[in-house]
Amino acid sequence: MADEMWVNMGPQHPFNHGLWNLRVRLDGETITAAEPIVGYLHRGWEKMVENRTYPQIIPLADRLCYGSSFSWSHLYCLAAERLFDIEIPERAKYIRTACLEIQRIISHLTWLMALGTDLGSYTILIWCLREREVFIDRMVDICGARMTYNYPRIGGVRNDLPPNFARDVIRSLDLFETRLQEIEALTDSNAAFRMRTVNIGNISAEKAINLGLTGPNLRGSGVELDLRRHEPYEVYDDMDFEICTATDGDAWSRYRVRVDEMRESDKIIRQCLDKMPEGPVRVKVPRCPPKGTVGCRVEDPRGESLMYIVSDGTDKPYRLKVRSPNYINLSAAPAMLLGYKISDVPSIMGVLDMCIGETDR
Amino acid sequence: MKVIIYDKPDRSEDDVARAIESKFPGAVEVLKTAPRRIFLRVTRESFLDVCTYMKDELSFEHNSCVSPVDYIEHFTVVYHISSWANHIMAEVQVDLPRDDPTVDSITPLWGGADWHEREAFDLMGVVFKGHPDLRRIMLPEEFKFHPLRKDFQVGRRV
Amino acid sequence: MDIDLSFQAMTMTAKQFSEMSKNFIRETMVTTGAKKAIDKLTAPIWSWGQRNALYPLHFGIACCALEMAASSGARFDAERLGIIYRSSPRQSDVLLVNGWISAKIRPSLKALYEQMPAPKWVIAMGECSISGGPWYDAYNVIQGVDTFLPVDIYIPGCPPRPDALLDGFLKLNRKITAENRGSFLED
Repeated sequence: MADEMWVNMGPQHPFNHGLWNLRVRLDGETITAAEPIVGYLHRGWEKMVENRTYPQIIPLADRLCYGSSFSWSHLYCLAAERLFDIEIPERAKYIRTACLEIQRIISHLTWLMALGTDLGSYTILIWCLREREVFIDRMVDICGARMTYNYPRIGGVRNDLPPNFARDVIRSLDLFETRLQEIEALTDSNAAFRMRTVNIGNISAEKAINLGLTGPNLRGSGVELDLRRHEPYEVYDDMDFEICTATDGDAWSRYRVRVDEMRESDKIIRQCLDKMPEGPVRVKVPRCPPKGTVGCRVEDPRGESLMYIVSDGTDKPYRLKVRSPNYINLSAAPAMLLGYKISDVPSIMGVLDMCIGETDR
Repeated sequence: MKVIIYDKPDRSEDDVARAIESKFPGAVEVLKTAPRRIFLRVTRESFLDVCTYMKDELSFEHNSCVSPVDYIEHFTVVYHISSWANHIMAEVQVDLPRDDPTVDSITPLWGGADWHEREAFDLMGVVFKGHPDLRRIMLPEEFKFHPLRKDFQVGRRV
Repeated sequence: MDIDLSFQAMTMTAKQFSEMSKNFIRETMVTTGAKKAIDKLTAPIWSWGQRNALYPLHFGIACCALEMAASSGARFDAERLGIIYRSSPRQSDVLLVNGWISAKIRPSLKALYEQMPAPKWVIAMGECSISGGPWYDAYNVIQGVDTFLPVDIYIPGCPPRPDALLDGFLKLNRKITAENRGSFLED
């Protein structure tokens, strides 16, 4: 093939949200090879935290992924609690679950906003940003920060909920339900949006499992797998929710799964606020954990995120390894890209929900 | 197409742990089992055989994580391998000598291990035999060190 | 133009001629005081145009990039101040550095800055680009973007709120007004 060429899409390119580079080899307009290049945001997180005490790592864990910072600081606190072997108060568990689901809605709205601009619909960006602000305001009510919350603590959460928090959240959710229908009307009935996502970037369930895809990207291939159900943490085993799946394995089904998940998050938040007991929100923890290791995984908005902590009995972790879901989803991207046209790249990579902060660590 | 559902575990943790231990006597040591977790220590020589057996016979479909740890005298590579059907995560530890940190690659079994192993090579300097494309991934090619090793001193400025 | 000068011009290359004529015009303008007058007259117009149409480069690095996106949303609406994000460095005149700079991205960032046409400004947004921020002892993070680019405005915060970003742009407006750079004859 004489007219083969390599095209660099990145590091500064309108389609990649975050700092990464996609090298694709083109035969005409068809992609024959693809190679994502990451590492532009690598800052040595895992080495840095070896010089920090356990509570000092919480704000750093917030900055692992800025799209869904609460789920990362929560994962760190959860892993540390299992390492310290402490049980947190019941109310703190409910607060954390509610915050996690608010965070999931915020994260998915951020993703939908980015996907909207990728596919040329600026209105989706504006509307999703507007809805996102409503939920960000609820998090500001709790902890004062818009994105990097620093709210969970080892042994609970930092402070109790403000008065009238439940009322505000219910109002926001009521508003959100109607607004989500409007946004869906904008995408589902949009012929251009459908043409650019339906039957694009197909991946089969077996291949997706083997390549390590998790989260909404795996559920879009027709695998009903959710760690909130399979390895329940916090109070997810008391919650009544469904695992959203779609069977086609293309970009459209991955998009559908995420939009449906926002509705399920809505349900979970309402149940949490209903059942929330009174009581303390934080327990005291010792300074140094016992010697040992712990591996703890949760369902991030992007997939399975895992932290593996090795403790040597001092107040600093000996080793902390992070499994980032997006890192592996991105490594599976060439399997989805091969054989499609170069104009399909934004939609295929857009529905993967990129967040490079956690990918590069 | 139909949805693949993993709702009920097929086998218990002890069952799976015993199956692995009896298949490879001497090579596998079951450290402990906990709800939804089993902890194994495997020798370096039989590691790939154990993994192949776990994938083919015990339906461990997913490689979650590859975490190299630098204990000063030796390296330990910890593999988190999940079985969606059994709802189990196995924590497989392989000890490597300090002067020859080489272990068989599991990328042919689980494609998801590809970038994990590249990262472990990049940051910790563990070499994976049989990996299709073992290069640095995070750091620039001209970087000389493996920064997560304990003898790498953190400098103030780049 | 006298005879002598035109005779010289015939033996010159085009480059030398343009150089000579430029010098000639500049000297005449400076000696007669016309340059000062034109500068004074045009500077407000030039800086008015520059400060009210700041096109930042659409270049999201890290956390602050989300606040950058939020600032162009419906709530904060940066477009009413003329801040429109452009995807190509050739069309933009503000480089908004919103995140930590690793050793791998530094050459690209420098190339992006050099590709932008003058006049251009750099805004360092967030602690990471100001001084390294929380990654002060990381082995791969450049401790501040001002170690290799000239920074005009610093916006502290981790991450700063979108209103802080808008405030930074307004500060840049005031800086451009104060500079009063209007001499189109200079280059």
